[in-house]
Amino acid sequence: MPDCGLVLSVSELSKAYGDTVAVDRVSFDVGRNEIVGLLGPNGAGKTTVINMILGVLEPDGGSIRIEGLDVTRHRSQALARTNFAAVYAPLPGNLSVAQNLRIFGMIYGVADLPHRIDELIGQFDLAAFRDVKCGLLSSGEQTRVCLAKAMLNRPTVLLLDEPAASLDPATAREIRAGIRETARSGSGGVLWTSHNMYEVEEVCDRVLFLSHGKILLEGDPKTLPHDHGKDTLEELFITVAREPLTLERG
Amino acid sequence: MQPVRIGAIVLRHFYLLRGSPARVVPLFAWVAIDIVLWGFITRYLNSVAAAPGFNFVPSLLGAVLLWDFLVRVMMGVTTAFFEDVWSRNFLIIFATPLEISEYVGGLVLSSIATSSVGLAVMLLVAAAAFGLSFLGYGLMLVPFLLVLFLTGIALGIFGAAVVLRFGPAAEWFIWPIPALLSPFAGVFYPLATLPRWMQYLARLLPPSYVFEGVRQVVAGHAVSGVALVGGGCLAVVGLLLACWFFLGIYRHAVRTGLIARYSAESVS
Repeated sequence: MPDCGLVLSVSELSKAYGDTVAVDRVSFDVGRNEIVGLLGPNGAGKTTVINMILGVLEPDGGSIRIEGLDVTRHRSQALARTNFAAVYAPLPGNLSVAQNLRIFGMIYGVADLPHRIDELIGQFDLAAFRDVKCGLLSSGEQTRVCLAKAMLNRPTVLLLDEPAASLDPATAREIRAGIRETARSGSGGVLWTSHNMYEVEEVCDRVLFLSHGKILLEGDPKTLPHDHGKDTLEELFITVAREPLTLERG
Repeated sequence: MQPVRIGAIVLRHFYLLRGSPARVVPLFAWVAIDIVLWGFITRYLNSVAAAPGFNFVPSLLGAVLLWDFLVRVMMGVTTAFFEDVWSRNFLIIFATPLEISEYVGGLVLSSIATSSVGLAVMLLVAAAAFGLSFLGYGLMLVPFLLVLFLTGIALGIFGAAVVLRFGPAAEWFIWPIPALLSPFAGVFYPLATLPRWMQYLARLLPPSYVFEGVRQVVAGHAVSGVALVGGGCLAVVGLLLACWFFLGIYRHAVRTGLIARYSAESVS
């Protein structure tokens, strides 16, 4: 029986490309109303984990459950409960903001779609760009459209891969506050990757440090650095990236 | 399978067409030019070479029209798929609840809509300018179009699978497929004209049964129902094989991470 408090359960997840092990028996959970940071240097395996959760990459081993639904066996039902935003996956630039939201809303089976689109366009301050093609927007505006798309179906599991990377500090703060509020008041959880340790500390309830495809550390971002003799999360991150062997999973 | 999701794929294509004359004009312009060109060629052939009572318009111009219909159906599927290739859309599309059957269903429905425009324009130009009436083919027109439609869909799905597997540059393998097949399909001449080895290959192509049938109708002979049913069966088998091939390529892409990397055009 799935734990009612967990929205995402990843167990013994593995993926290799030939002889290169990208993800090595990774296990973690995301609880309801929880924001979990997935951290690690470039090539640590974060995006590989996210791609497997999104069903676009088949794991070699292990399982992924979204509200108890196995992603491999019940892909469509499980993915109807997720959504994502990533800087490397912009919405089609040849369609307008409203057209993109309508099409993805239909794919995700969003009820009362016109109302939901209006709501998100207001929430992400996109009214002026409603009928503008996404390809003509600035990178920051495109990021806001991607986030609006990611919220369309009020996902149980929201995956955000560096969601605020293209945003100016003021907008990034607003967006972070919005996502935090959504996570607190809604019924879902968030898996968040970022290289901005300030952002992670501000937003995440818990962080997982991934290195060479393995989870090296796990804990509260506010206390974890001190637990490992570091002053800041950024120092800890650098240690994970350069000297992972000096650390053990906490 | 959820019709709303299929509708989303069709709607996306409709939005692209609505806002872009560069996408709308090719739906009918090239086939209309083809009909005009072949219309004048058939008129000229009628004046210099036709045996008494023989009319090149229904045999030759009709064949061009039917072949162009097949090509439009195929291109309808591949072009709708290429829109996702060109906009680097795979990750964001396939990381949704959309099932692969719904996605392909959306491509096929888009193709039905776009190829219908091409067919209507061709029929109009051929009838108005050159007096070609498809009523002359009688009820046989229905199986003729059906076999060509199924073949066009199968070729389109096959082409989409090849591009999914080998990357965006592989689309240059796809555009010439109709030109490569037309000599074997006997579009403009009886299969008996071909060398023996080409005839064997032609018998594997469903359109060859249609064009043999067209020539039978024009000559006032009965069309072999058995042959046409055989062509229809081959078309169904071709469609099933194309779907199976696409599904296999898609699964390979999910297993190797091709789908996730496709948006970065890092396919090798």
